[in-house]
Amino acid sequence: MNLISNFLLELQGITLLFWRGVKGLRKQPRYFSEIIQQLDRIGVGSLGIVILTGFFTGGVLILQAYPTLQYYGAQSNAGQGVATSLIRELGPVLTALMVAGRVGSAISAELGSMVVSQQIDAMRALGTSPVRKLVTPRVIALVLALPLLTVAADIFGLFGGGIIALQIYGLDSAVYISSVRAGVDIEDLIGGIIKPIIFGFIIGMIACYKGLNTKGGTVGVGISTTNAVVAASINVIIADFFLSKLLQGFFSQTMF
Amino acid sequence: MALTEDDSISSATDAVSADGAAEPSANGRVIPAIEFRGVELAFDDQVILDGIDFMVRRGETKIVLGGSGSGKSTIINLILGLIKSDAGMILVDGEDITQMDDAELMRIRRKIGMVFQEGALFDSLSVYDNVAYRLTEEGVDEVQIEHEVRRMLHFVDLEDAIEKMPSELSGGMRRRVGIARALVGNPSIVLFDEPTAGLDPPTARTICELAIKLRDLEDVSSIFVTHEMNNVEYLSSEYAIVDEKGRVHFENEGDKLCLVNTEAIMLRNGKIIFSGKDEQLKSAADPYIHRFIRGK
Repeated sequence: MNLISNFLLELQGITLLFWRGVKGLRKQPRYFSEIIQQLDRIGVGSLGIVILTGFFTGGVLILQAYPTLQYYGAQSNAGQGVATSLIRELGPVLTALMVAGRVGSAISAELGSMVVSQQIDAMRALGTSPVRKLVTPRVIALVLALPLLTVAADIFGLFGGGIIALQIYGLDSAVYISSVRAGVDIEDLIGGIIKPIIFGFIIGMIACYKGLNTKGGTVGVGISTTNAVVAASINVIIADFFLSKLLQGFFSQTMF
Repeated sequence: MALTEDDSISSATDAVSADGAAEPSANGRVIPAIEFRGVELAFDDQVILDGIDFMVRRGETKIVLGGSGSGKSTIINLILGLIKSDAGMILVDGEDITQMDDAELMRIRRKIGMVFQEGALFDSLSVYDNVAYRLTEEGVDEVQIEHEVRRMLHFVDLEDAIEKMPSELSGGMRRRVGIARALVGNPSIVLFDEPTAGLDPPTARTICELAIKLRDLEDVSSIFVTHEMNNVEYLSSEYAIVDEKGRVHFENEGDKLCLVNTEAIMLRNGKIIFSGKDEQLKSAADPYIHRFIRGK
């Protein structure tokens, strides 16, 4: 019962935070420079780990799938398998999990430290809304950056798969590329972009909420940072299931 | 500490007439800067404030005393609207802020300068940007911002630290930058939340001198939350004057004078157990007050 009431209270808090952010969108100033700064920190700053994640995920997919496909004589379809797995599921989810770990923790720790050192109170005392100044730019930056990072992860994943297929199994690159093309359709691409938009929103809202609700000094900052990463990661995975089901219904001909 | 007349951040009449609130109300009563009427606040079962009534007149400094957890800082947070009271009225310049929404509170907060316990400077911003923060947010012209920032840093005697980051400052310097930041925009009310906590005596004295200058030379109304008795001594027995050469001096009230613009209140268990002048405080019969003053 306590777990349920806590969950409902947190859901209420995040909803109120979101609503305050929406209401603040029509007010001045709008902090465009903050959004650009956060896009740099979140997007450019995460590019390296996302590329590495994508590359090696694509590589390991080929590594595991190729021998089985070869057994059935279907090794020419290896690229199709990698493309489908990466673009539909692994690209968006793994990118979101990496960003939740790197960016979600940073946002939560930064806002939490500002709370315990009274910087948030000072901001409010100086007539600035912390939601508009801190929360909105971070959430917008995440919503914009995560789809782009996901595309980068997908591209480097396909590239990584291709390298492994060529170097280890000697698959012709033209066969691999045509197989990738055959395995991807427009619904896959649209679904692969919609998911990270939602994931970015989830990570941003949870990280900001946990950070702004930090209690108990520096120990509290550690707790809220851990909670932010755990909650964001779990919610990304849960949301992925429901989004997949939703998109499956929407694009009923395809297999989301 | 001697400063020239140019150090003053605005004239007394400017400070009071800026919002026009010093004018008498319709019934002829001068509107107090801050007034608490029957304010109550509790967190779950714990009563923090229980029917608090007091007022801060124009140009007056109200020293709020009390042990840790007695609700001193809560009073300041209530005035800023950072937390909401359960009952009662809180009037700032005659306006009840208890029913105000965030947008209205932002307007009220612009009249108030707030000095936090540890300074609460923004870590990622330089001293210049910290002091300029309010003006930058309001979109004020950069030339005007720089002039204002330098004037405020001159007032707190920290012009040399303008390019430094908060991490490079000592505790006392951080508090003084916090004061400079609070004074930007010439607020008619300044709230001090234990600004001398953890400072060495000379630095604590400097902070108190700044509060005295604001009170006597700028006619600023203030609330000074503290639990340090030497702060009470400085604030309630010394006053600032400017000599013919424009230098600021601090003089003791002595036996013939009695400062009427500084009073103290003491909180205990959510109630005000004392309200009056420092002389009355020292002679109070209440054993708790006696112990609080003497430490035994």
